[in-house]
This record gives sequence, structure tokens and C-alpha cells, in this order.
Amino acid sequence: MLRIDQETYDAIVAHAKRDHPDEACGVVAGPEGSDRPERFVPMVNAASSPTFYEFDPTDLLKLYREMEAREEEPVVVYHSHTETEAYPSRTDIGLAMEPNAHYVLVSTREHGNSDGPVEFRSYRIVDGVVTEEDISVVASLEDLRSQG
Amino acid sequence: MAVEVRIPTILRTYTGGEKAVAGEGSTLSEVIENLEANHPGIKERLVEAKDGDSDLRRFVNVYVNDEDVRFTGGLETSVSDGDQVVVLPAVAGGSCAVGHVDTRLSKTAN
Repeated sequence: MLRIDQETYDAIVAHAKRDHPDEACGVVAGPEGSDRPERFVPMVNAASSPTFYEFDPTDLLKLYREMEAREEEPVVVYHSHTETEAYPSRTDIGLAMEPNAHYVLVSTREHGNSDGPVEFRSYRIVDGVVTEEDISVVASLEDLRSQG
Repeated sequence: MAVEVRIPTILRTYTGGEKAVAGEGSTLSEVIENLEANHPGIKERLVEAKDGDSDLRRFVNVYVNDEDVRFTGGLETSVSDGDQVVVLPAVAGGSCAVGHVDTRLSKTAN
């Protein structure tokens, strides 16, 4: 199960809506081994595409250096689909390289940049196998830590 | 020429869980051959055959002293004693079914 606080959840949704019709992407980092997504890090989609995303290689190195220095890992890797459902595509599955991460998919196909609900779903992707998981949204980071 | 090679989580199955291993060589290509000798199977995850030659896989990023090797000569990038080589898989995907995307990096070795 993915446990995530409301503010981070909202930040991911806002990023997806803002970048629509292009795909938005980013991570939520957390302490190594904690499984707590605590630090929201929106990334630039270097592909600037409605059907593809890729972190810029220079930004990617900077992100991993930063996480290493802070003893963090990417607990959540998120991106949006803008015309299709919030389910991993074959490309998503083939390129999923973080076996410990929760892969969050947001679909903005219904309301685009406007207000309104989005599909927000989470998956584990390990060795090409996709497993959807439940999401529990807690009120605050403190709740995330105390109930962990 | 001894260098430090930083290994991403997904490839640590080849290094017994180690985050960093020592490598030898005067070019990136030689360092990868040396890695392969000590950690069999790892080369296949980094390099692919292309037009009778070999090249880094599209969705593998390699940096020598923080420089993306795509801009410094790719596999022929020279390395010196004490350099640091960082391997990071791309964080990428998307809704498209990309026909030309070779995603073999993600598959297990067997």
C-alpha cells in the first residue's frame, strides 16, 4: 500500500494539471528504507511530450546526488497520462528501473488543466510485473511518520 | 587506472548488493569490460550492439566526474586514476507505445 500525505498528493495532481497536455513527472523522496514519501521533487519532462516523459540526464544526476547526500531514495516515481487511463503502458513497464518505488500514475484526460477529479493510482513494477496497490491518504507528514 | 563505479539499485544484483565497486581501465569501454570480468552479466545491461559496433543503451546514463559521457565520447570517453563513474538508468516512460524503444535494461539477466 502507498501511504501519502494530502499536501504531497495535491502537489502531484496540481503538477499534472499544470503540465497538461504534456506528461508531468517527478519523484517524492524519503528516508532510505522508510517507505515514507516526504519530499516532493517535481522534475522537468525533457521530452516535453503528451505521450512520453524523461528526466533530463543532468537533472537526474543532480537529483540522485542530492538524495544520496540526504540518505534518501525515490519512494514515489510519478508521471501523468494525458489522454489515456492511469495504468502503466508497455513503455512504462519496460523502463521501470526502481524496484522499491511506488509508481504513481495520474490521468488528466477528463479535465485537463481545469479543476475536477483525476484518476490517481499506484503500482509496483518489478521485473516487468505490474501490481496495483491501495492508496491511503493521511492528513499530514506527521501522521505519515507516527503511523509508520 | 583505478576508478570508482557507482551502481544503481537495479544492477546491484550483479555486485552482491554493493553500491560502489572498483573498476580498471583507461576508457569507459575498458572499465565496462573490467566490470564484466568481476560481475558477469552487467555489461549486457549497459551496452548494446549497434550496426556491428557497440554503444551505451539508450536508457542508461553514464557520467564520468559528473559529465554525461554522451557529450564526451561515449564508450571511448577516457578515464583517469581516481575518477568516479556513475551509472543511472533513465527515469522515463509514457503513454505511447514506442516501437523503437529497446527496454531490455529492465529485464532480468536470465
